[in-house]
Amino acid sequence: MTEPIIKIDAISKSFGNFQVLDGLSMQVMPREKLALIGPSGSGKTTILRILMTLERIDAGHIAIEGEQLYHMPKNGGLVAADERHLTKMRQKIGMVFQLFNLFPHMSVIDNVTLAPMLTKGVARAAAEKRAMELLDMVGMSEKAKAMPAQLSGGQKQRVAIARALALQPKIMLFDEVTSALDPELVEEVLNVLWKLCAETDMTMLLVTHEMGFAHDFADRVLFFDRGKIVEEGKPDEMFSNPKQERTQTFLRKIIAAGHRV
Amino acid sequence: MTDWSGYLSLILQGAVVTVQLTVMGSALALVMAFVAGLGRLSRFAGLRWLATAYIEFFRGTSIFVQLFFAYFVLPFAGISLTPLQAGVLALGLNVGAYAAEVVRGAILSIGKEQYEACIALNLSRWQCMRRIIVPQALLVMLPTFGNNAIELLKATSVVSLISLADMTFQANIVRSQTGNTLFPFATILILYFAFAMIITFSIRALERRMARGLDGVRN
Ligand SMILES: Nc1ncnc2c1ncn2[C@@H]1O[C@H](COP(=O)(O)OP(=O)(O)OP(=O)(O)O)[C@@H](O)[C@H]1O
Ligand SMILES: [Mg+2]
Repeated sequence: MTEPIIKIDAISKSFGNFQVLDGLSMQVMPREKLALIGPSGSGKTTILRILMTLERIDAGHIAIEGEQLYHMPKNGGLVAADERHLTKMRQKIGMVFQLFNLFPHMSVIDNVTLAPMLTKGVARAAAEKRAMELLDMVGMSEKAKAMPAQLSGGQKQRVAIARALALQPKIMLFDEVTSALDPELVEEVLNVLWKLCAETDMTMLLVTHEMGFAHDFADRVLFFDRGKIVEEGKPDEMFSNPKQERTQTFLRKIIAAGHRV
Repeated sequence: MTDWSGYLSLILQGAVVTVQLTVMGSALALVMAFVAGLGRLSRFAGLRWLATAYIEFFRGTSIFVQLFFAYFVLPFAGISLTPLQAGVLALGLNVGAYAAEVVRGAILSIGKEQYEACIALNLSRWQCMRRIIVPQALLVMLPTFGNNAIELLKATSVVSLISLADMTFQANIVRSQTGNTLFPFATILILYFAFAMIITFSIRALERRMARGLDGVRN
């Protein structure tokens, strides 16, 4: 039996007095495509940010490929992970942000080559060759020399995806990567995600409000509410026949708001 | 008839000293600004404390006292400086303290999403600072750095007090030798202004160069 690539075990997270996650557990299998859906404020972003080590957890454990993310073994026990351990663990994980977070002072290609050169010691020529392949894959090779400010939102997001891919993470986290885009630009980004889904064996966690896309893309859908998994299942069951009252209400609202399912 | 060209060349000799002080003082100020500005943002309390102490001390005491200290007191500690060295030291440390706050403010103005992109790309803190944060913050700092450099230029005249023959010092010599006030002071007025303009336009040119592409304008 294969081991889960991500094993989240009873994690808790508060911001001040506000508890977002309270003993959440979940597992993700290698190569699995997971869609995380749920109402605003339910903690979807927080989960991805925790996996990317952008937020710390208050309690619980996370293992990536069997190795602790926030803890490391010492003298027979576990202690809090230090920066070096986190650096090692982050190599397995990449993230694409809602607002792209490109480096505005660098050209498209420099955005993509920077991290492989700095963190993996890849030579410039090799990094650029690889970057051009990735930019080609996301349909942005013609804009390699452009600055981010010269691009549309959809183009920026495709560059951001290429940038994250350049480090060859095993797990990719996508946080509402089309939410900030004009409707006519959403498609071009979703097409790239499709390609990744079909052509790579990355494990992908996708937070989205695009229910139609989640339905087609995901192997499994998790519905979150108030930091808890209310319901999970295959996309077909989840969307056509949700069991839980809260899931039904949420999906009804989303459809009423004009999202395709 | 007074021979003004001889006196003019005297003032120009002083102008060379003023330029030297400005250039070397600004270089030192720039280094101190980054050392202390980044120091104030350090994770290490000791570094933060040192940087704060430096900044508050040099902003809280006058440039006169700092200059006199560098020139007259340091020799008792076995450090004898030439007037030029003492001038550069005092000016550089003084203006550096002000510019350190500019560095700090500019770095804090860069959004946290840039730091988060760094973490997601597994850059180290230092790589993130050097390659992502500081280059963007530099553009924010530049205009104020220009003001700091002009402040420094104007402050260089304090060195006449330790008898370094800068532009103001020479103008005073010319005044006392000729009894004429208009010629020497009009001359240095124009020269100070010209130097300040050179600083202003250089900074603007640099700013335009660095901002290229950031605003989405093709070029
Ligand atoms: N840095 C923070 N400080 C305080 N509260 C926060 C912080 N980050 C998130 N929260 C709160 O935690 C809760 C969960 O936020 P999160 O962003 O994970 O929700 P989400 O499911 O991604 O929502 P959305 O669909 O709106 O993006 C929200 O109530 C939010 O206000
Ligand atoms: Mg969110």
